[in-house]
Amino acid sequence: MTDLSQPPVSPIGQPLRRREDARFLTGAGQYTDDVVLPGQSYGVFVRSPYAHARIQSIDTSSAKAAPGVLAIFTGADLADAKVGGLPCGWLIHSQDGSPMKEPPHPVLAQGKVRHVGDQLALVVAETLLQAKDAAELVAVDYEELPAVVDVATAAGAASAVHDDVPGNVCYDWSHGDKAAVDAAFARATRVTKLEFANNRLIPNAIEPRAANAQYTRHDDSYTLWVSNQNPHVERLLMTAFVLGLPESRVRVIAPDVGGGFGSKIFLYPEETALVWASKRVGRPIKWTAERSESFLTDAHGRDHVTTAELAMNEQGDFLAMRVKTTANMGAYLSTFASSVPTILYATLLAGQYRTPAIHAQVTAVFTNTAPVDAYRGAGRPEATYVVERLVETAARDLGMSPVDIRRRNFITEFPYATPVGLTYDTGNYAAHLDRALELADVAGFAARRDKSKAAGKLRGLGYSCYIEACGLAPSNIAGALGARAGLFEAGEVRVHPTGTVTVFTGSHSHGQGHETTFAQVVAARLGIPVENVEIVHGDTGRVPFGMGTYGSRSLSVGGTAIVKAVDKVIAKGRKIAAHLLEAADSDIEFENGEFKVAGTDRKIPFGQVALTAYVPHNYPLDKLEPGLNENAFYDPTNFTYPAGSYVCEVEVDPETGRTRVDRFTAVDDFGNIVNPMIVQGQVHGGIAQGLGQAMLEGARYDPESGQLLTGSYMDYCMPRADDLPSYQVDHTVTPCTHNPLGVKGCGEAGAIGSPPAFINALTDALGVRDIAMPATPERVWRAVNR
Amino acid sequence: MYDFDYQRPTDAKAATAAFQGDARYLAGGQSLVQAMRLRLSSNARLVDLGAIPALRGIHAGGGSVTVGAMTPHAAVAASPEVRQAIPALAQLAGWIGDPSVRNMGTLGGSIANADPAADYPAALLALGATVQTDRRTIPAEQFFTGLYGTALLPGELVTAVSFPVPQAAGYEKYRNPASRFALVGVFVAKTAAGVRVAVTGAKSHVFRSAELEAALAASFTPEAAKAVRLPVAGMNADLHASPEYRAAMVSVMASRAVAASLAR
Repeated sequence: MTDLSQPPVSPIGQPLRRREDARFLTGAGQYTDDVVLPGQSYGVFVRSPYAHARIQSIDTSSAKAAPGVLAIFTGADLADAKVGGLPCGWLIHSQDGSPMKEPPHPVLAQGKVRHVGDQLALVVAETLLQAKDAAELVAVDYEELPAVVDVATAAGAASAVHDDVPGNVCYDWSHGDKAAVDAAFARATRVTKLEFANNRLIPNAIEPRAANAQYTRHDDSYTLWVSNQNPHVERLLMTAFVLGLPESRVRVIAPDVGGGFGSKIFLYPEETALVWASKRVGRPIKWTAERSESFLTDAHGRDHVTTAELAMNEQGDFLAMRVKTTANMGAYLSTFASSVPTILYATLLAGQYRTPAIHAQVTAVFTNTAPVDAYRGAGRPEATYVVERLVETAARDLGMSPVDIRRRNFITEFPYATPVGLTYDTGNYAAHLDRALELADVAGFAARRDKSKAAGKLRGLGYSCYIEACGLAPSNIAGALGARAGLFEAGEVRVHPTGTVTVFTGSHSHGQGHETTFAQVVAARLGIPVENVEIVHGDTGRVPFGMGTYGSRSLSVGGTAIVKAVDKVIAKGRKIAAHLLEAADSDIEFENGEFKVAGTDRKIPFGQVALTAYVPHNYPLDKLEPGLNENAFYDPTNFTYPAGSYVCEVEVDPETGRTRVDRFTAVDDFGNIVNPMIVQGQVHGGIAQGLGQAMLEGARYDPESGQLLTGSYMDYCMPRADDLPSYQVDHTVTPCTHNPLGVKGCGEAGAIGSPPAFINALTDALGVRDIAMPATPERVWRAVNR
Repeated sequence: MYDFDYQRPTDAKAATAAFQGDARYLAGGQSLVQAMRLRLSSNARLVDLGAIPALRGIHAGGGSVTVGAMTPHAAVAASPEVRQAIPALAQLAGWIGDPSVRNMGTLGGSIANADPAADYPAALLALGATVQTDRRTIPAEQFFTGLYGTALLPGELVTAVSFPVPQAAGYEKYRNPASRFALVGVFVAKTAAGVRVAVTGAKSHVFRSAELEAALAASFTPEAAKAVRLPVAGMNADLHASPEYRAAMVSVMASRAVAASLAR
C-alpha cells in the first residue's frame, strides 16, 4: 500500500534504468542505415588510394555504362554548380595577427587528392552492389606527389599539402604571458622538462557514419537522415555555407545514433554530396560507411607533439609553465579542428593548481592524413596529459610525494581566475583526492609491490588530478575567442491536455541516455511521474533549434534550457491555478506537483491545471492565453569545471613487457548528479577510451607513402573488456554555481583524466622518466631491458 | 563480395569433382569469407565442404589422434579424446580467435590457408603430424612451404590430420593485442624421437627452432629455453613487434610451453 503521507521520492539522483535501452537491446532501434525510402538508390564514393596526388583526369565512361548506374558526379560537377567548400567554425589568429590559413575544403576533390581515402567521385546506382562495381570502373589518372605525413616535420616540408599554403602551417598561435613565464624560468632553481607526443586516435563509434538524402519536388525541399550529433548545426553549415539553400528547405534527422565521441559533430563531404545529388538524380540516395572507410575518413583525434616545462622553487611551488605544441590538422580543416589544440587546450594548462604564469605556443600543420578534429575530451586530454605528467615527474625530480606536491599547489579559493583565461567557479580538489587515496588503498601499495616483486613482476602507482572546462559555452566568450557560432541551447516544453509532457531539446542523445535523464529532470521539477515525460531530439523538423551534444554540455546547457522552459510553464500554471483557486498569483506555491494557496491546504494538481489550459472555461482569458507550451534559450555565463582524482595501479611482466592495469580508481566532482548509474557508465566508458589511448591504440601512417597502416581492427588495437579491470568509482559534489541544476557534465572526464594516470603508474613501475603512448609491450620491454 | 557459383556437395568425391576452373574450397569461412567481403579474394566457384559428414570427427587410437579436416576448433578444444591424449592441442584450439570463430573455423581450413600467424601449424610441425588428402599423405615437415604457401596441389582436398601422441607437450601463444592472432606461438613436444619445437607467427611460415631443440634436448627446463637467443634473421617486422622483440618472445613462450608441459 503506497504511503501517501510521504512525499514522493524525487527522480533526481535515482539510478533509473534507461528507457532507450529497451529498443536498443531488442533490435528495435532505428539507425540511419535502417532507413530505406521508396525509390531508394545507393551511393558509393571513389576514394584516392594515394596520400597526395594531382588528379590528371577522371574517366567515368565505363562506370556510367555499368548496370544500374543512375549518375556519377565529380568535383568538376560541383564546381560548375558553384557548390562551396566545407567551412571551419572557429577562426584562430596567428601571433602576427594574421588569420589562420583556410585553404578550400571541397566536397569532392578538385585538382588534387590530399589523403588516402579522399573522395573524388560519387557513384549512384539502383543497388549497393551495382554502385560498388561501377565505382571500380571509374578510371582516375593520378600523378603521385610526395606525401607529408609526420606532424613533427610537416612545417617547412618541401611538399605543400595545399598549393597556397607552402610550408604547411595553418596558424602559429600563442596564449598567456610570455614575459612573466620567461622571467619566472630565469629565476627558478628547478625546472622539469618533458617532450612527448599525444598519440593519434581513430574514434571507432560502433555505428559507422551513414546518410540518406531525399529531395521532394512538391515543396522543393530535402530531408537528410544522418548519423550526427547536432542536426541543426549540420543543417546550418550545409545550407548556408556550402549548398546555398534556405535552412527551412532542409530537414535533418539524426535518428538513433550508435556513438559519436565527437566524430559525428562535423559536416562531412559525404552527406553534403548526397543532399546535392539527390535533387539531380531525383531519387533518395543512401550511403553507409564500411568500417575500412570509417578508419580512413572519420575525423581522427589528438596527434600533438609537445615540449613542456614546469618551473618550481626548491619546496615544490609551481612558478610557471611553458608549453610548445605542434598539432596536426590533417589534410583539410574540419569543422572545429582549429579550436581543439588552442582554445580547448591552452586554457586548461593551469590544471587544479595556482601556477601564476603560463604560456603556450601552438603551431597547427597540414599533412596528407585524414582531417583531425575533436574526439572525446577534445584538447582537454592533451592539456591534462601535459600538466599531470609534468607534475608527477616534478615530484620525482624533487624527491617529493606526488600527492604532497599536488596538495601544496591546489587552488583552494573560489572563484579562481586562472592565468590562461578561465574562472573556475567552485571546487574542492582535496576532497576527491582524499577519497581516491582511500578507495585506491594507496596505503597498501607498498605491500602489494613487494608481493609482485616476489613473483618477478614490477608494480607501479600513478596519479592524475584533472580538471576540464566543458558545458560549452558562453557565446560572447566563444565569439571573442574565434567561434563563428553561438553556443547556447534551446528547449521547448509542451504540456498536453492530459498532463503528459513532451520536451523538444536541441541536445542530442547518441549514447548519453538523455531520454532518461532529461525526463528525470522535468519530472522532478513538475512533480509528475517520469513515465509521463517524453524527450524528443535529433530532428530539425520537430525541435526548434539546438547546438547539439559534445563538450559535455547537454545537461548543463541543454538541461538548463529545459529547466527554464519548465519554469515558464510553472509560472503560467500559477496564474491558472490562482484563477481556479480564486487567490492572488503571488499566494500560489508549487510543490510536489501541486499548486496550492500558501498557508492553506487548498490545492490543485498539475494535471488539472494542464487540462484547464486546454479547456479554458473557468479561465482568465482576458489576461492569459490558453495552452501550456513554453520554450527557452539558455546561454551559459561560464564554462563548467568538472574535476577529479584518479589513481592507477599497474603490474608489469618484465619478461614480455605486458602491462596489466591491476586497479583503477576514479573520484570525480561532477556537481549534482541526476542519474548516478548513467554517470558511472560515462566514467567507465571514458576510462576505457583513455586507457585505450595510453596502452593500446594509435593510428599509424606509413611515413613515406602516407598509407594508413592501422586500417582495421587487425592492427588498430581497441580496448576490450579483458584489457581492463573493474574500476572503483565514486564522486564528490560541489554544485556548479551558475546553472539551476548545479551540474557540471561528465561525458568526457574519464578519457581526460586516465591517460596520465596510467603513464605515471607505468613509469613508476619501470623506474623510467617517460614512456610513449601507446605503451605497447615492446616499448615496455625495451624500457625494462635498457 | 563479387558474385560466384556455389556448390555444396555431400561427399568428398563430389567435392573434388566439383572443383572445376577457378574454384576454391570453403571450409569454416573465417578467413576466406572475410577476404571475399573486402573484395580481396574472388573465385568463380566456391565448393562448400560443410555438408560432408565424413570430413568431421575425432578418433584416437594406435598412438595417435586423427582429426577430420572439417572439425571445428571448438570441437577439438572440447574433445575428451584430444584432452586426454594431447591436452596442449585442445588448449591451442581453445585459444584460436573467439567463440564465434571457434564454432565455424576448421583444422583443414586453417592449415590449407597457412596464415603465418595461425596456431595449428605449430602443433602439426612440433608433433610430427601427417596431413591426409584425397590423394596422398603429406608429412608436416613438407606441408608448410612459405607465406600462405602449402604443398597442396590445385583441387587437392585435405581430409584429416593425424597427430602422434607425444610424451609431453605444451603450447604458449603471445597474442597480438589487436588481432589476437599469434604474434609468436611456440609448441614444444617431447617425442620418442626427441624434443621438437615449432614456432608460428615469427617468420613467413612455421619453422622448427634448432637452437631451442638443442637446448631442451640437453635440459628440458623452462630456464634452458629462456636462455636461448634466437637469431633475428627472417623474423617478421611489423607495427606490433620488431624482429628483436619477436626473437626474445619466442624464447619466453618456449619456456612457458615447457613449464606447461611439465605441469601436466
